[in-house]
This record gives sequence, structure tokens and C-alpha cells, in this order.
Amino acid sequence: MSAVAGRAVLPPVSRGRRRRDLVMRVLLGLGTALALVPLVLVLWYVAKRGLGAWSAHFFTSDPTGNFLGDPGGVKSAIVGTVEIVALATVMAVPLGIGVALYLTEYGRDSRFAKLVRYFVDVMTGVPSIVFGLFVYIVLILSSVGGGYAGWKGSVALALLMLPIVVRSAEVVLLLVPGSLREAALALGAPRWRVVLRVVLPTALPGLVTGTLLAIARAAGETAPLLFTAAIVNGTSFDLGQRMNSLPVQIFNDIGQAQDRLVARAWGAALALVLLVLILTLSARLISRRSRVA
Amino acid sequence: MASVSSIASRRGDRLLLTPGRSSRLPDQVLRIGLTVLAGTILVLIGFFFVRLYLEAHPAFSRFGVVGFTFDNNWDVSRSIYGALPLVVGTLITAGVALLIGVPVAIAAALFVTELCPRRARGLLTVMIDLLAAVPSVVYGLWGVFVLIPKLRPAEQFVTDKLHFIPFIGGASVAGPNYFIGGLILAIMIVPIVSAITREVMATVPADHKEAALALGATRWEMIRTAILPYSRAGITGAAMLGLGRAIGETIAVTLVVGNAPVIGRHLFDQGYTLAAVIANEFGEAANNPLHRAALIAAGLVLFVLTLLVNAAARAFVARGQHGNRAAAEPAAAGAAA
Repeated sequence: MSAVAGRAVLPPVSRGRRRRDLVMRVLLGLGTALALVPLVLVLWYVAKRGLGAWSAHFFTSDPTGNFLGDPGGVKSAIVGTVEIVALATVMAVPLGIGVALYLTEYGRDSRFAKLVRYFVDVMTGVPSIVFGLFVYIVLILSSVGGGYAGWKGSVALALLMLPIVVRSAEVVLLLVPGSLREAALALGAPRWRVVLRVVLPTALPGLVTGTLLAIARAAGETAPLLFTAAIVNGTSFDLGQRMNSLPVQIFNDIGQAQDRLVARAWGAALALVLLVLILTLSARLISRRSRVA
Repeated sequence: MASVSSIASRRGDRLLLTPGRSSRLPDQVLRIGLTVLAGTILVLIGFFFVRLYLEAHPAFSRFGVVGFTFDNNWDVSRSIYGALPLVVGTLITAGVALLIGVPVAIAAALFVTELCPRRARGLLTVMIDLLAAVPSVVYGLWGVFVLIPKLRPAEQFVTDKLHFIPFIGGASVAGPNYFIGGLILAIMIVPIVSAITREVMATVPADHKEAALALGATRWEMIRTAILPYSRAGITGAAMLGLGRAIGETIAVTLVVGNAPVIGRHLFDQGYTLAAVIANEFGEAANNPLHRAALIAAGLVLFVLTLLVNAAARAFVARGQHGNRAAAEPAAAGAAA
């Protein structure tokens, strides 16, 4: 009796079931491959056509705006993207981490905290072009400090980044072990010192990860910049003026449908993709290096 | 945790640790400051909505909310704004995106969590997530100059072969069209749908899976009987979040959907979406108050649409997770005891 049980407790899997299992496994594998095909293709084409457009001239000159001849490079677009995104980061990150601190350290499960959490989720779902519209209405239509300006683009991007920063920061702050907080409080540290000296430093790598991901997302956005920072040819260091940016430059060049401009769009796309990929991958590396707890 | 800390800070005064009044001040400041910060988000969203509505008002008062949203006539030159072609275009492209993107995303999630070798898991996850990192305008660029020309013969072949199916068959394929828009959107929603599906599937208790396997189920039978029923609500939520994304996505769609403000006769016809019309026409509309109001109204319709879809999605995801938490808690308590 026991010998029989040892050999075969279960009836053997019938051929039909085995075949079905195999078919489904293959289908799921194919589905996964299908999901990755576009990634490979996009990266391949961007690398191939983008590299063709790259040269020293490409990175050191501004768009000329000439209808014929040399279209110029993307210097102003790169500088503009860096400036606009940097300002957006300065606005969104402290605010976002502050809100996350409120949610984890003070609000927790209170009704107000739940409401805030819900609205942060709502913000996550708002289409980026609607943020652009909003900033247009509030800052440009009512002409606060003139018309189109780089800093207004930053505001639109900051609105986009805010919910990403809050959500990722909240997750990380929740990972900080309660015992650390309790230990500090038991030693007589006031709450604010616990927050600033224990909770924040412990969560720092995770906060950096979330910030980098938010920056990567913002750097690639076109829609919020179209009618806030607008577009311009020359390099500018004045955030109060119109400002060029990589995504808007690409969008504009595609619309012109001239070969030399399209070539510039591919080159700019390669620069943008590299920027975003580097940010994303370094965010991943940092988060892998440090697990809180 | 909450009770412990409150004992430490409140009762502590009376015992040994007696912080003075001055040292409690920064505490109050931080607490109030952070609360105000959190409150600004609520104010911001409220302000957001009101300003959008006020600026859109001229269009709504001229055509009526229903008239604006459901009239099939968007004619800038005659200053008539009925957004139905845009709404329909938005729904068609988002629908195509869901039909293509969701099965692929679920397959990828299942493959990564259940089937692929452990070592490949991290790499595959990163690659699928990278799909979300590629900027929208880059997908658009690729769509315009690679996808549209390369796919056109295939589209024509399909529509010729399926000529008996209304809306799909017997069409002459336009370069940029609804289908290409939907396809690009599908690529863009795969990572988010897949990531959330993965998260939901991770909460399926190991007991359920092991029980299925112990009863002699094959891998696929385990997936079908243990994983899919358990995570159905969560997967629905993930698909709806993808829908919200697809509805709001702007630049890539603007570049490949054709931007014709009429309802296309078939899947391979040119169309327009709510988001695309704003991106495309806002530049010229800046000095035409009614046109501007109409575009802002389109933005408001888009906003409300995504709001509804996302609210429903959150409810589904939360329901999935609630059920799981309720099921997981007794197990955890048992383990602790």
C-alpha cells in the first residue's frame, strides 16, 4: 500500500492537459516577447538615425530657423531642458517630500490624510496637457510676469512631478522601521528631530530614487511645455524668457516635415532617450543598493 | 506605533524627560507646516477645476455642455465647436489600445512572475518598465517615420481580407489613422498595466498556488484556477488605469492619428482626439477667445473623463487589495502566534 502511494499518488497528467499547458506557456512567452519588440525597435531606430545626426556642430549650435541650408543644432534645447527641469525639481521635491512626511509621520490614517492621498492619486491621473492648460490659464492668460516663460514651464512640470514624488516618498518613508522612531523618541528626542535626523536620513536613498524617476518623467514631457515655455531658437539662461527644450524641439521639427529637420529630430531624440534612460537606470541602481530595513 | 509615540511625547513630560516650552515650538511648526503643505494639494486641485471651468465657460454657454460634448461638428473656420469627433476618436484609440495592450501586459506579468527562470525575472521586469521611460514624443517620432510607412501594406492587406466586417474591412488605409494611434497607445500602457498586474498577482497567497499544484494542476491550470480568479478585480483596475493613461496621452497620438476633426468612417481612417486637438490648435487659438475657450472646454471634458476612469480603477484595485489583505491577515496572525 505504502509502496504504491510512493510511486504515484496522483493520476498522470493526460496528454490533452499537458499539451494545453505547453500551448499556454508558449503563448504567455510570446506575449512577453511582443511587449518587448517595440522597445527594441524604438531604441534601435533612435540609435541608428540619431547617431547619423550627431556631430560636434550638432551640440554646439542653436537652431538657425533658416528655411534652407544649415538647420543648426540643439544646444539651446539641451540647456533649456536642463534649466526647466532643474527648477521644476527644486519646486516639486521639497513640497512632495513634505506632503509625504505629513502622511507618514502625522496624518497616517486620519480622514484628512486619506483625502490628501486620494487627491494625490487624482493628480497622478491628470493628463499632462491639462497641467499645461492650467498653467497657461493661471500664469499666462492673466500675464503674471509677461507671456511665455521658462519658469512657467517648470511650474507645469512640477505639478506633474508632485504626485510621483509624494507617492514614491510615502512608500519609502513607511519602510523606515517604527522601532527606529521609537528608539529616538524614547531617548527624549522631540518629534521634529526624529523626523529630520532619523527618518529622513534613513529613507534618503529611496527618496533619491523617487526623485530621479520623477525627473526622468518630466524631462521627456512635451505637452505641458508647448504653451508655457513655448519654443525659441537661441540659448537662454533667463528663466523669465521663452525657452527651448528637447521634447518641444523634436515635436516642432517633426511638424516641419523637412528631411534636414527630421534628421535633427532623430538626433535630439537620441539625446533625450539617453538622458532619460541614464536617470531611470541610476534610480534603479540606487534603490537596489539600499534596502531600508 | 501611534499609541507608543504619543505616550512617549505626552506622558514623558511628567516623568523624567521634561522638554521645555521652547523645544516644543519647532515641533508645532513642523507639524502645522507639513499639514498646510498637504492641504495645498487639495486647494490646488479645487482651484485647478474652478479655473478650467471659468475659462471654458464661454464655449459651454454658447453651445451648452451637452451640445459642446456631443455635437458632431468641429469647424474652426465657422467658429462652431461640437466635440463629438474628438470624444469618439479618443474612445476608439483608447479602445484599440486596451484590446491590444491589456492581453499583452497580462501575459507579460504572468510570464515574469510564474513562468520565466528566476534569473531572467529582474531583467525582463526592467525592460518592460523601460517602455514607460521612453518619452512620448519619441514614440511619436518613431510612429510617424517608421511605424506608419512600414505597417501600411499590412493594414491594407488586413482590411482587404476582412472586407465583410463593417468598420474594419474594405477601407483604403490612410497613413496616420486610428489604428496606428491605438497601437502606439497600447505600447505606452503595457508597462503600467503590467506593473500593477504583477503587484496584484504577488498578493495571491502562496497557499492557493501550492494547493492547486499539490492537487496535480499543471502550471497553466494553477494560473487559471488560483491566480486569475483571485486577482480579477486588481487586473480590471490595472486595465482601467491603462485606459486613463491612454485617454490622456497627447503628443504621440497627435503625431500619428491624422488630426482630421471628423468621425472617421473606419478603423484605418484619420481622426482626432481631445488631447491632440489641444496640442495642435492651441497655438493658433491663443488670440481667438471662443476657440481658446472651446479648447479649454475640451481639456475639461478630458479631465473629467480621466477622473471618472481613474476613480473607478482605484476602486477596483483597492477592492482587489482589500480582499487580499483580509485573507492575508489571519495567516499572518497565525504565523505570529
